[in-house]
Amino acid sequence: MSEAEKFDAIVVGAGPAGSAAAHTMAKAGLGVVLLERGDYPGAKNVMGGVMYGRMLADVIPDFMTHAPIERVIVEERLWIATDDSAVSIGHKTANSHGEIPNAFTVLRAPFDRWFASKAEEAGALLVTGTVVEDVILDNGRVAGVRTGRADGDLLADVVVICDGVHSFLAKRAGLQQREIEPHEVALAVKEIIALPKETIQERFNVSEGEGATIEIYGTVTQGMGGYAFIYTNRESLSVGAGALMSHFMKTKITPYALLERVKQHPLVRPLIAGGQVVEYLAHAIPEGGYKAMPKLYTDGALIAGDAAMMVNGLHREGSNLAITAGRLAAETVIEAKAKGDFSAQSLSAYREKLQHSFVLKDLQKYQHLPEFIDRHSDLLGIYPDLVNHAVHEMLTVDGMSKREKQKKIWRDLTARRSLWQLLKDGYQTWKVIR
Amino acid sequence: MKIEEKLFLLTYKHDKQTHITIRSNEPCVNQCGAQWGRPCTTFCPANVYNWDGEKIAVSYENCVECTSCLTGCPYQNIDWRLPRGGFGVQYRNG
Repeated sequence: MSEAEKFDAIVVGAGPAGSAAAHTMAKAGLGVVLLERGDYPGAKNVMGGVMYGRMLADVIPDFMTHAPIERVIVEERLWIATDDSAVSIGHKTANSHGEIPNAFTVLRAPFDRWFASKAEEAGALLVTGTVVEDVILDNGRVAGVRTGRADGDLLADVVVICDGVHSFLAKRAGLQQREIEPHEVALAVKEIIALPKETIQERFNVSEGEGATIEIYGTVTQGMGGYAFIYTNRESLSVGAGALMSHFMKTKITPYALLERVKQHPLVRPLIAGGQVVEYLAHAIPEGGYKAMPKLYTDGALIAGDAAMMVNGLHREGSNLAITAGRLAAETVIEAKAKGDFSAQSLSAYREKLQHSFVLKDLQKYQHLPEFIDRHSDLLGIYPDLVNHAVHEMLTVDGMSKREKQKKIWRDLTARRSLWQLLKDGYQTWKVIR
Repeated sequence: MKIEEKLFLLTYKHDKQTHITIRSNEPCVNQCGAQWGRPCTTFCPANVYNWDGEKIAVSYENCVECTSCLTGCPYQNIDWRLPRGGFGVQYRNG
């Protein structure tokens, strides 16, 4: 390359946001290059494992016939757990097999590879093993990227930044001015534990192709704000745990010891017994929410996905926000191309589209949650204990009358937490999630 | 299962040059030990950072690129960059 090549759009990062953006633009006939630093898409990418069908179908309507999905989720359980017991709340449905299933598990290495290949089929040029080191600025507007390759400058009308959590390019493009704070990021670790599919189906009471999820809140995070999870794949389980970085820094708990303790929990152990750990993975999750988001557009650039803090931690959503944001970024670029105007003013339509979608609405709804979890992680120690104690007491048939039991539960409860404090906890929690 | 065994399960494409450097030994020695107890030696999920008595020793070849050290160092003292294209961890499952 003697002269830098010029594309309509450069997409940085072949994760869910990047591949959705590249696919949407390429399908509309734009010249798109999709850059990925791993040897293959997904080589660097980790998530718990639950993805949502509707947003993927918005990009690839027939994905169910060929996407590498693991199991369609038919049951979701929430365990409010102590060290040796749990109150379990759940939902199971026999009606999740519509054409587009609500939720399913994926393994990101095969999934991301597949999704990027769909973008290629649509006409995007996928270039792997290539790090983007900087943006190229031309009179203050983003005009391309500098890659780590020799003669690796690429020019384009627009750069769509999807380079993940702790986005370097967000800073280079002037979208993010400050450093991300430790309470705005969680760190999660997980293991892929291989088990025969029959064993998984028996243990989780599901049929072939169907799966279950378990989220565990309580003492499993040892006083830190976070949770543990077990998700079923075809022939493995994804077992993991995560908590805020600010809490890892304070407690000095190592993430691998945290996960080992989850695996030793007496309610978890039988589910994973006999399994073989085949991979250990770790990743940061942007949990800062709405208030920690960077600017979403500038002259010649847009940002989507983890790079833009698009994670709804409470609802275990992230990849769906990324896919929708990637698609909306692409639609904005397609319109900008028709107008021949790639200024910030023109690209601001992206923010409006996000504002009309669930992406910004949900992030706005929970905007105060990140600080709350940072300050009140002790509630995850107190309440699971109280709830388990109360239910255990009610279920124990020992000759004490039920009215006596109720009185005893109330006495035990208010001994641990005053009525005033209970009301305050309830009000504050309601305020951040209402 | 020990962390060494966990890391042994991973596939890496090793680079001869490091992508991680400690900017200055000074805060690690004079401030972080007393004020924070050197959290990089505990939060890093791949055990990249170890205190050898005088400085933080960096086992960059263990790094799984989770990026937690970009926020986890109280002194912003870890210069962590993306490994060169194609190098580093290569998850098979993800």
